[in-house]
Amino acid sequence: MLRIDALSKTYADGNKALDTLDLTIGAGEIVALVGGSGCGKTTLLRLIAGLDTATSGQIRLDDAVISGPSADVGVIFQEPRLFPWLTIDDNVAFGLSDLSAFEREGLVANALTRVGLSGHGHRWPRELSGGQQQRAAIARALITRPRLLIMDEPFSALDPTTRQSLHRHLLSLWDESRPTVLMVTHDVEEAVSLADRIIVMRPNPGRLHEEFPNLLSRPRDRMGTGFESLSRSILKSLDQSLKPAPQPAARATAGEAAWW
Amino acid sequence: MTFPASTTQAGAPPAERLDAPASPNVAAGTMPVPAPARRWGTGGIVGFVLPFALALVWEASVRLGFSNGRLMPPPSRIGATLWDLAQTGELASHAAATLWRVAAGFGLGAAAGTVLGAVSGASPVMRRIMDPTLQALRAIPSIAWVPLFILWLGIFEASKVALIAVGVFFPVYLGVAAALSGVDRKIIEVGRVFRLSRLQMIRRVTLPAILPAWITALRTGLGLGFMFVVAAEFMGASEGLGYLLVDGQQLGRPDRILAAIIAFAVLGKLADGLLVVVTRPLLTWQDVGRDRL
Repeated sequence: MLRIDALSKTYADGNKALDTLDLTIGAGEIVALVGGSGCGKTTLLRLIAGLDTATSGQIRLDDAVISGPSADVGVIFQEPRLFPWLTIDDNVAFGLSDLSAFEREGLVANALTRVGLSGHGHRWPRELSGGQQQRAAIARALITRPRLLIMDEPFSALDPTTRQSLHRHLLSLWDESRPTVLMVTHDVEEAVSLADRIIVMRPNPGRLHEEFPNLLSRPRDRMGTGFESLSRSILKSLDQSLKPAPQPAARATAGEAAWW
Repeated sequence: MTFPASTTQAGAPPAERLDAPASPNVAAGTMPVPAPARRWGTGGIVGFVLPFALALVWEASVRLGFSNGRLMPPPSRIGATLWDLAQTGELASHAAATLWRVAAGFGLGAAAGTVLGAVSGASPVMRRIMDPTLQALRAIPSIAWVPLFILWLGIFEASKVALIAVGVFFPVYLGVAAALSGVDRKIIEVGRVFRLSRLQMIRRVTLPAILPAWITALRTGLGLGFMFVVAAEFMGASEGLGYLLVDGQQLGRPDRILAAIIAFAVLGKLADGLLVVVTRPLLTWQDVGRDRL
């Protein structure tokens, strides 16, 4: 279980990216964060990954406080970020250096099969398409069996067909160990087809705006009425989350205009 | 070689695929005539046309009496001189002396450049302390050190090696420092996510990431090493290809000068080729054809 208590992050330039955010995610739950730019989605993920430190507040995974990168947290970035000097096999096995070569081979072969890359293990990243590279990155993140997986718009650079096949691969790998998943996406359809819960965030500063439980049964039919109505209400909420401009900011702009 | 390598590997039967990662460049070597190589080949032949034509014209004009060829000897005489030098063993001993100096100077300069470049690239504080001084020293034309080196180190080998080392040092230092400070933050973050220690991060991420730039820097340094060995051998050498140049001038033997120049060109190209071949297995993963450099 991931518990986030009163988490705030203010960057050195004074930009308040997150403001006292509370969020609890149950074990094995898949949660999608959607929101306009500047609402602190990526900041939140970076804090949970331990790549940045929070200004105040606390993140706890089960009973451990997260203060840096942890073995229990797997990360999938927007780009594949494979190491170009390692073969796909070695890239996927990057987090397994403690294991014997034999154990490693078995795990890597299994993970590559799960993401549909079996037989590609000996190739260099540059020889793979963008979708294949991202699949290798998914395998690399999940092979260490983290209890929490965080993903920052992992499929945004891919075309819709590739994206859907990656959703299947991701769910197949997820099914092996059922980690908690927290993902950021711009694509509402993607959120609805993957997540158990969708959270809309609000910008300036980043806060939670509205939550949508997703009770649709898997596999989800993109054409179904339930899918569509949920997508529509999320889009509506997204629209609202961006609309209400905070009053003080508006006054400041007016004052500025009058000044010169 | 990028494109054919990927197609052969993609189309290879599973049995062949297994040994591909173990010896990637062997696989690359046995592949059926790669298209870019063929293009390089015809380009190479076309490239030979102009120098050969010029050589033939010069040879003919000397033979037909348009020129006496005293100051600019015809190719046949240069060839004969080279042959003579090779026969008497002079060429080999001069070349060996030059190569030894380049190797010693290159080794010292490259080692110092790599170490200081690594320190300056890895630590912003050290960079602020060291870099301005080194940049100031770099602004001095390296040949200007010669009188000082001769006073300090004598006119024998030490001063020559020192001059070559200075020449090699700067490109290697700059290359390593720039490569280190330019390592992609995104890929470093992946290392952080996997909780690599400082040492592991260097071994598994930073070193491989800067390897291509380091090798390019070494090649630049080696080229400069050959440049500076000539300067070094101009003053007070009794052997070496550079000595052969000066000797040819003093004896009024342009054929010997040109023979030495050709020997320099061949040695320089061979040394560079050797560096490329030795380092190629380290860089098979790269997305560019280094051979075309």
